[in-house]
Amino acid sequence: MHDPHKDPHLDELSGVSTTGHEWDGIKELNNPLPRWWVVSFYACIVWALVYTVFYPAWPLLTSATTGVLGYSSRADVRSELAAAEAARSGYVAAIKAADMQQILADETLRNVATAAGSAAFKVNCIQCHGSGAQGSKGFPNLNDDDWLWGGTSEQILTTITHGVRAPEDADTHVSEMPAFGDILKPDEIASVAMFVADLSNGTGFPEETAPGAQIFAQNCASCHGDRGEGNQEMGAPNLADSLSLLVDGEEAIAAQIRAPKHGVMPAWGGRLGDVTVKELAAYVYSLGGGK
Amino acid sequence: MLEKMDIERLDAEAVNSQKQRQVLYAPRKKIFPKRASGGFRRFKWLIMAITLGIYYLVPWLRWDRGDYAPDQAVLIDIANRRFYFFFIEIWPQEFFYVAGLLVMAGLGLFLLTSTVGRAWCGYTCPQTVWVDLFLVVERAIEGDRNARIKLDKEPYSPRKLVLRTTKHVIWLLIAVATGGAWIFYFADAPTLLVDVFTGQAEIVAYSTIAFLTATTYIFGGLMREQVCTYMCPWPRIQAAMLDEASLTVTYNDWRGEPRSRHAKKSAAQGAVVGDCVDCNACVAVCPMGIDIRDGQQLECITCALCIDACDGVMDKLGRERGLISYTTLNDYNANMALATAGGTQPIDPARVRTPDGKLAATLRHISLASFLRLRTLLYAALWSLVGIGLVYALVTRDRLDVNVLHDRNPQFVMLSDGSVRNGYTLKILNMIAKPRVMAVRIEGLPQSSVAIAGIEAQGDGSFLVPVEPDRLRSLKVFVTQPRHVADEQVQTFRFVIEDTKGPETKTYTATFQTPGGSK
Ligand code: SF4
Ligand code: SF4
Repeated sequence: MHDPHKDPHLDELSGVSTTGHEWDGIKELNNPLPRWWVVSFYACIVWALVYTVFYPAWPLLTSATTGVLGYSSRADVRSELAAAEAARSGYVAAIKAADMQQILADETLRNVATAAGSAAFKVNCIQCHGSGAQGSKGFPNLNDDDWLWGGTSEQILTTITHGVRAPEDADTHVSEMPAFGDILKPDEIASVAMFVADLSNGTGFPEETAPGAQIFAQNCASCHGDRGEGNQEMGAPNLADSLSLLVDGEEAIAAQIRAPKHGVMPAWGGRLGDVTVKELAAYVYSLGGGK
Repeated sequence: MLEKMDIERLDAEAVNSQKQRQVLYAPRKKIFPKRASGGFRRFKWLIMAITLGIYYLVPWLRWDRGDYAPDQAVLIDIANRRFYFFFIEIWPQEFFYVAGLLVMAGLGLFLLTSTVGRAWCGYTCPQTVWVDLFLVVERAIEGDRNARIKLDKEPYSPRKLVLRTTKHVIWLLIAVATGGAWIFYFADAPTLLVDVFTGQAEIVAYSTIAFLTATTYIFGGLMREQVCTYMCPWPRIQAAMLDEASLTVTYNDWRGEPRSRHAKKSAAQGAVVGDCVDCNACVAVCPMGIDIRDGQQLECITCALCIDACDGVMDKLGRERGLISYTTLNDYNANMALATAGGTQPIDPARVRTPDGKLAATLRHISLASFLRLRTLLYAALWSLVGIGLVYALVTRDRLDVNVLHDRNPQFVMLSDGSVRNGYTLKILNMIAKPRVMAVRIEGLPQSSVAIAGIEAQGDGSFLVPVEPDRLRSLKVFVTQPRHVADEQVQTFRFVIEDTKGPETKTYTATFQTPGGSK
């Protein structure tokens, strides 16, 4: 029964007309897309082309088109950095104007300075002092309470600003322990080393350390103090505490007495500016050893 | 008699009728939904008033939380990462409540769909509600269906221009108000309102308004049913959640067919006639522009307006309501079997009627039993379980929280007197909008001493730490113990944080590291 009004491509089962194409008996149903959908699709393509005119897009041989708006992600970063800088500027000014006592007394300022100092520390200081400021042989641990040049916030600031034995800074900390290999005889060095080792052992002084004690009193006490308590004025280490920067054991102590090693630290004031060194000082002070 | 009843026959055809489907890309067929009236229409007005009322008014509700928190009842404070809902305040780490609510919304939707079908689509979906609102405006300005069709066909005249412009301007005003209302959920509404009008508000406020204005106007005014049919995933998902016992809007052809425009004449000629007089009222009111008599369709949002329309027609004819009705597939099949003598014969409505013309008592109708089945009970149980869990979590939740981070680098520090020091970052969260003072001490570490940067110790070795309202306070804590008090490399001890004025106490077990071993 042929019905001339019937859609010749109608699929009987689904009641939907097909596209009229047939592949090995398989036909494709034609459920038409809405026209607005197709229009949106082309609109998106046009949009994409327009976009490439306004923004950097087309690759060229060595660069790419820059787009008429002149947009660049680097400029974005620059403006974000400038905005961050501007947001910080109030604190920066306050830190610049304040001394260490004032910075530490103000909770907000202390938090800001400590956080900024922590960041600056990671860039400038961890190469020697370690990422946790824990130091290593010859490089002081900044967490503990043993300070060569003093552990008040002002003293820490001075040390960071002017460095230690830093040739570029006239106000740097300078001191030098003589090479006692040229002054004392080897057995004298051995006996003073024995005495120094017992200083920090805290186990008392047996009889055989008496000669060493005498040599210490004559040669060493002027800087390290009568009982080896050190002198922060001249960066002479405390020999009587249980911490030792450079050496452990009599042999190593003797070697240090014969030909002393001296630590060097750059003067950071000139390199980082006074705000950053104050922030560094606040951070180091916050590590727990500050006095 | 029937002809006298004056049933107007409407010139309406379903937009998805199969008659013209040769094009690859179909232009949209304009739909001019006729105003419906009846029980479902009234119910929809009510739902519309409630949902729109909630949406536009909630940001203006106030809720006093004291001096330290905003007094807006519902506020999503993105900058400070707080969510306020009346007496509940949610911190970012408590966001699982929102996740729980979403789980409940999902289960609730399953429950709703498996029982009453696409009720979400038909009554509460914002798309449906706003399209309804836009149609109200359209009808008020351009008239009902016939007037609108006529106006649409007319060439542009000053009158048409005025009508059309008015309609679009009002639509745009509604759209702006809709976009505008949204932003009030994110900032103090009265302040923001002034800021918006004085140009002081943030750019994101304006762009949000602009974006939502555009979507409201385009989706609600211009695209309408296209959104449901082509853009929304719900019709597909919800269709998959329906089963034979879910309610759907159904044309009961077992009593309607064979439809006849001249029922009385046909009946007089001895032909079989059903209840449907083919007046097209159901098609004319359909906001989706479809013909429910073609059967269940993806496009049908089950707004039930065709039920209202057809019930009106049946009332006029003096027939029983419910030629189009909410029906389950099970009931429909049973009734259909009755009308077709088990599928062996064409539909004869006489089979579903008693000799005196009443609908037969054996017909099946909506029953409560169709709601109570394993699937729906399971959904209901799960939904309640999650709800009870959330409520329990909410009433028992802490408003004081403590976190302790042990310094890792270095793990311990040797001091010059030989003692060992460990560093901790102690975080105290005061999660209520009142300032509090916490007493901090440690327990269980012999001979130890504690120092907190910036805070003096009390006589008993504890520390009084003021914490600002609704804030976190982070403290650097140093704990020191003489060497060799304990041999272990790792000792455990407790931080105890007590609210000095309230009952809340928190302990946190931390470890103390030493180089270990005896000398
Ligand atoms: S189902 Fe009802 S409203 Fe629709 S055409 Fe038939 S009688 Fe008219
Ligand atoms: S067919 Fe009926 S229930 Fe479905 S969308 Fe149209 S009017 Fe609403």
